[in-house]
Amino acid sequence: MGTVTGVSSGGGRILRVAGPLVEAEYVAGTAMNDLVVLGEAELPGEVVAIRDGVVTVQAYEYTGGLAPGARAHPLGRPLSAPLGPGLLGGVFDGLLRPLATAGAWLEPGAAGRGSGPTRQWEFVPRASVGDLVDQGDVLGEIHGSGPVPLKVLVPPGRSGAVDHLAGAGLHPADAVVASVAGTPVTMTAPWPVRTPRPVRERLDSPRALGTGQRAIDLLFPVALGGTVAVPGGFGTGKTVLLQQIAKWCDADVIVYVGCGERGNEMADVIDEFGALTDPRTGGRLAERTVIVANTSNMPMMAREAGIHTGVTVAEYFRDMGLDVVVIADSTSRWAEALREFASRTGALPAEEGYPAGLASAIAAFYERAGAVTTLGGRTGSVTVIGAVSPPGGDMAEPVTAHTQRFVRCLWTLDRELAYARHYPAVSWAESFSRDAEALGARRAATDDPDWPARRARVAGLLAEADRLADLVDLVGITALPAQERVSVLGGRLVREGVLQQSALSQRDAYSGAKKTAALAEAVLDVVDRCRELADAGVPPAHIEEADFTPVLRAREEAGPHDADTVRALGRSMLDRLGELI
Amino acid sequence: MTDTPDWGLVEYTTIRDLHGPLVVVDKVEGVGWDEFVLFTLDSGEQRHGLVLDVDRGTAVVQVLEDTAEIDPARIRAAFTGTPLRIPVGPGWLGRVCNGRGEPLDGGPPVFGSVTSAVGGNPVNPVRREPPAEPVLTGVSAVDALTTLVRGQKLPVFSAAGLPHLELAAQIAAQSTAGGEPFSVVFAAMGVTHADAAFVRDALEERSAAGELVLLLNTAADPVIERILTPRIALTIAEDLAFTGGRHVLVVMTDMTSYAEALREVSAARGEIPARRAYPGYLYSDLASLYERCGRIRGLPGSVTVLPLLTMPAGDITHPVPDLTGYITEGQVVLSREMHAKGVYPPVDALSSLSRLMRKGAGPGRTRADHLDVAAQLLAALARARQVRELADLVGQAALSPTDRRYLAFDEAFAHGFVDQDRGERRTLEETLERAWQVLLTLPRSQLSMLPAEFLDAHAAPEGG
Repeated sequence: MGTVTGVSSGGGRILRVAGPLVEAEYVAGTAMNDLVVLGEAELPGEVVAIRDGVVTVQAYEYTGGLAPGARAHPLGRPLSAPLGPGLLGGVFDGLLRPLATAGAWLEPGAAGRGSGPTRQWEFVPRASVGDLVDQGDVLGEIHGSGPVPLKVLVPPGRSGAVDHLAGAGLHPADAVVASVAGTPVTMTAPWPVRTPRPVRERLDSPRALGTGQRAIDLLFPVALGGTVAVPGGFGTGKTVLLQQIAKWCDADVIVYVGCGERGNEMADVIDEFGALTDPRTGGRLAERTVIVANTSNMPMMAREAGIHTGVTVAEYFRDMGLDVVVIADSTSRWAEALREFASRTGALPAEEGYPAGLASAIAAFYERAGAVTTLGGRTGSVTVIGAVSPPGGDMAEPVTAHTQRFVRCLWTLDRELAYARHYPAVSWAESFSRDAEALGARRAATDDPDWPARRARVAGLLAEADRLADLVDLVGITALPAQERVSVLGGRLVREGVLQQSALSQRDAYSGAKKTAALAEAVLDVVDRCRELADAGVPPAHIEEADFTPVLRAREEAGPHDADTVRALGRSMLDRLGELI
Repeated sequence: MTDTPDWGLVEYTTIRDLHGPLVVVDKVEGVGWDEFVLFTLDSGEQRHGLVLDVDRGTAVVQVLEDTAEIDPARIRAAFTGTPLRIPVGPGWLGRVCNGRGEPLDGGPPVFGSVTSAVGGNPVNPVRREPPAEPVLTGVSAVDALTTLVRGQKLPVFSAAGLPHLELAAQIAAQSTAGGEPFSVVFAAMGVTHADAAFVRDALEERSAAGELVLLLNTAADPVIERILTPRIALTIAEDLAFTGGRHVLVVMTDMTSYAEALREVSAARGEIPARRAYPGYLYSDLASLYERCGRIRGLPGSVTVLPLLTMPAGDITHPVPDLTGYITEGQVVLSREMHAKGVYPPVDALSSLSRLMRKGAGPGRTRADHLDVAAQLLAALARARQVRELADLVGQAALSPTDRRYLAFDEAFAHGFVDQDRGERRTLEETLERAWQVLLTLPRSQLSMLPAEFLDAHAAPEGG
């Protein structure tokens, strides 16, 4: 953020204060989106309008006590995130100020936000003085910041000869470590959070993000660089699902944006991620995670900024050629911050008081996702997963309705499933994945030729069972023909044996691709055998009363990558069914 | 005149506009947003307000006591220079005050050498300690199935006519934290005089023991004052907890009345309404109250928040319960059905949930079998509900013997476990033993969620 000395004397006078809305006199050199420091407490704010010599500022902190007549000092630069080492494993507020060094209570203003001593990081040069470099090229690496070394890149828009390069060794985080055609390059560099970082080109990514959650990987997969919305009312397990993905998905870096959510939950995330081991690197999960924590009682406008800060951090890692997942919980709270501020500025409201620009704001946020070729020619991606909290479970409300239009995947959480303790409560009828076809074709061409057919069969069985369930409610199961009764049974086996997955399970919290495939195969084989039995004249009641424990327990018995145990249990189930004839 | 604050404050007589709870004061200087305001009427009466908007020389102030009987020519406004601060400290314990913290018990005003801003500051999420120990309420349905955890926020969702106030008073009177210092701050907003008298009566013992702070805003008291009452309660609680090292339970009732006060101010300001004309910031405003619970690393004590709200027309999708549900860590739902059965407290166990229970109950926290017993009770209850629906369709006679046992279980659960006297404090042992008695009305084969060693210890009969 940077403290400006003599702030209280410079700048223009504040004219109006109404909560986070502050109006001040325009002074020369103030531009839209510039950062402004308000009053003696030096509260940060951002210019959102300039009209008739009056600047409208959205303040990022509680403005209690701020009075007209105090000074508003424009800093001449937009709100920027300092991107560099020290992000991984850290916890920050919506403006990317570290929380670890702040006190127990977050007071407004600069007070209590000591940044601590500047840490030293190990720099290793990867170029030589005199080299001709272009934007995005690697100048050096930073070690010790996490499981993967970070890259120091030539900033966007710069190219030329390297005319200075620091030697290998420890340097402070803000030190100049190189110079390209006269432009100094630092390990930590600010980037304006509302400006997407440039890329060479966007790619159609055929690579799937493995989430370890069967309901997703099997039915509604998302591509790296894709976008997902997760709508769900309270109590549907939204936060648990997102935390599971944050823990186990196979991205390189996770940016977890807690946006207007519970403080105790954030404390839990911080605690758990610090304690859990990353199965891929052996390090702590926290070391591949950046947490942006803006709980519901922290200032609302910083919540609005936090979403952009989170994506900017993700783009920083993407530019090094990493796959990054941004998880935003919840985008509805972010939209509420937009509404709150729009209402204070007297903007004309559209639906339910939200500003008319809501849809484009949501679209712009999700648009920052993507698989790309970076300026330096590497492949990287930002996948955005945003939770949506529809008020009263109303899926037609503006945030939910607009979000659905802009995302590639929708994982709708169903209250009925949650009440029936079916977790994760991802509804197979109300969700979609527009990536599924491309990803399926890719899987079919590479490691898993049966993938598209398997998905189609599971989805078909679930849809058939749902259709019949309505009928069963009317006429009773005994009124159905044998094959239909097997379909109802098959739907239950898929739900309980494949889709359900306990976040608390030691063995099954994460399910690898092979285990997921084996479980689906096992259940589909059992359903096939049941159909044969029904055709052979075995009374459907006998089939229904069979003990299906082996296939239902398989997900708990087998470890995360253990397809063999699943197959063995599937075979024993088939044998057991064979005895029915 | 005599009540004029002796703070050397400038008094303004430039009142331009009065409407609803709002006063507009002209020609002010140096007035800050959210500043506390003292109004003096010519009659000598004092009123209080908070600055909602200050634009150049014009301040919009919400008056806590409303603007009734105010003549703009005969009132003076003094701005105190800071947001409202109140004295904090153990001096509050044992006191009964109104919704602004002024004594109702005939005692002197509460003094303290330290003051705190009622708005509070957010707790740094990095410094929060995840909640992990129970508050025992002595109420079976809560302790066994939705265990309240120190530092949690757990609301009670009720409907008009249900005994939620009785339950709140009972929890406030009986709760303990395993022998550690425990206090209750009870904030009542918009309750009737009869209810206020009931609360005072029910909590007298705790008050006399110096473990209770009671803030009463009755239905006859100023509506806008309700916006302040929970903030004062939480400010007192935070100090008792994190400075005084106590475990503090804050009961806030009725949050629906609070939200209505908020809506009234919003409407008077001409703000753009969101759902059901509540202001768009209702979520953040409620969060600024509910989130003031928790534990802090390195500090003793805890603040646990138990808000009560009546769902208008019993509608759980109404904005107040809906947004509350998004913020809080679970909910205790009261149902008319249980009430009609004559069960007190009429808790709908299947709709109720304590998200933190898994961390705050079980081995080392309450009792080794607690979580399994709770899970089994809920599973059996869910089955019993299905059976009851089936019985309605096909008649009891057509049920299988096992299914009929479930109907018996359902009755035993309601009357042998949930139902208790309004003054009855059950120990956790007693609660769990009753749970076992109820569970054992089912055959052992139906108790698959209970490990064998617990079943053997309770001599669950084989077969059945």
